[in-house]
Amino acid sequence: MSLMVWIEKQRNLIDFVLSSLLRRKGKNFALIAAYILIVFVLASVMFLTHALKREASIVLRGAPEIIVQKMTAGRHDLIPKTYARQIEKIAGVSSAKTRLWGYYYDPLFKANYTLIVPELFKYEEGGIAVGEGVTRAGVTAEGNIMPFFSSDGKLMNYRIREVLPADSELVSSDLVVMSEADFRGLFGIPEGLVTDLAVSVGNPQEVLTIANKIKQQYPDTRPVIRDEIIRTYDAIFDWRSGILLVIFSGALLAFIIFSWDKASGLSAEERREIGILKATGWETSDVILMKFWEGLAISLTSFLVGLLLAYIHVFFTSATLFEPVLKGWAVLYPSFRIVPFISAYQIAVLFFLTVVPYTTATIIPSWSAATVDPDLVMRT
Amino acid sequence: MRKSAIYLTITVINIALCSALFMHAAVRRKDAGKELASQANIVKEYQLTDLVLFTEARYTRHPSMADLNTPFQDYPFSFEHFPSGSLMPVPPGIRR
Repeated sequence: MSLMVWIEKQRNLIDFVLSSLLRRKGKNFALIAAYILIVFVLASVMFLTHALKREASIVLRGAPEIIVQKMTAGRHDLIPKTYARQIEKIAGVSSAKTRLWGYYYDPLFKANYTLIVPELFKYEEGGIAVGEGVTRAGVTAEGNIMPFFSSDGKLMNYRIREVLPADSELVSSDLVVMSEADFRGLFGIPEGLVTDLAVSVGNPQEVLTIANKIKQQYPDTRPVIRDEIIRTYDAIFDWRSGILLVIFSGALLAFIIFSWDKASGLSAEERREIGILKATGWETSDVILMKFWEGLAISLTSFLVGLLLAYIHVFFTSATLFEPVLKGWAVLYPSFRIVPFISAYQIAVLFFLTVVPYTTATIIPSWSAATVDPDLVMRT
Repeated sequence: MRKSAIYLTITVINIALCSALFMHAAVRRKDAGKELASQANIVKEYQLTDLVLFTEARYTRHPSMADLNTPFQDYPFSFEHFPSGSLMPVPPGIRR
């Protein structure tokens, strides 16, 4: 059979399939809508988690190599500065810097901020730099005064000197950056104590050894290494765990039920149609080919449309439909544009999870109907 | 026009749009270099350890810094107080 004849045969089959699908317009459009929705949810979850995971791994590469926390009675406690000087003496440690940071709950706007003291703060005392999310939650702007209640109940006013760049919201949205004196004054933290230590190591391959040495030398500390920080985000955004698995498995289960319904049998009308086709001279292989095109017409169209919508949802609207779930009770929620890290692997996984099972599920019952005597099929 | 021609045209348009998305993704990734560098600079400058995703509880704001017993300490009979706490699996460092 020449190629042209083969193509013409396939086109005739597609014409026939489309006419047959359009005869049951309502049912088939509902089917396509449900199918698109499932692909959309699955693809949105996959796109969002993969992109955030990649972004976290790139951005957090600059995080401190080892963070040393002090534990007291099983809880994170302030660490004396003297620990830093001792840790610096460990062979292989290039520096042990102190970090001062904490949380502040703003009772006025019911938002939580992360207060942080940088190594070098470019503004004088009384000045602060804030993330975009803070200006949104606190309905404020650069140049305005921001009130805070100190640990002894006094009202402290700080002037916003800078709003951190909007394109860094994923890491800076809730930050309030201030001087050391202001931070200590606000929380009443005595000189000589800091929140934790950031340890730098000369040779990256020695990080684990040095973390173990710190733990041995100071059993009341807990070193957290950068690899662990990055692995944390791998675990959070792994689509096989957490709530994402719940969303994912919900959609997948819906899809399995959907395919199972299709695979478990044909409607009486569809069986009669196959019987008539067989009686008019169609081969079993033609019927199977016709059903293959039917499955593909529905699943491929739904897959492509679902994929397009998911991409627009995640990368153009910042996954706006998932926002209520991700936001929880938080008042302050970063508004960030997700960088589209997508891969052919993700598309292939989605394709094999959706199009292949559905198309197979359409062919199998038709094959069993097509192999039965047409007279019998038409009578049942 | 034959129905098959309409269907094949729609499918080709869909495939072309999907390919355009890949191209858009590639262009955005290239442009995002500045954005990612700005984030990485802030992480380095302020010695940050976590992304701002969930600001409602300290163990979801800084999951990598969460201690071993924080998740269950809010009040008796409360396994999880904040919605985001149930969205987020336990960090591997804690399970170690």
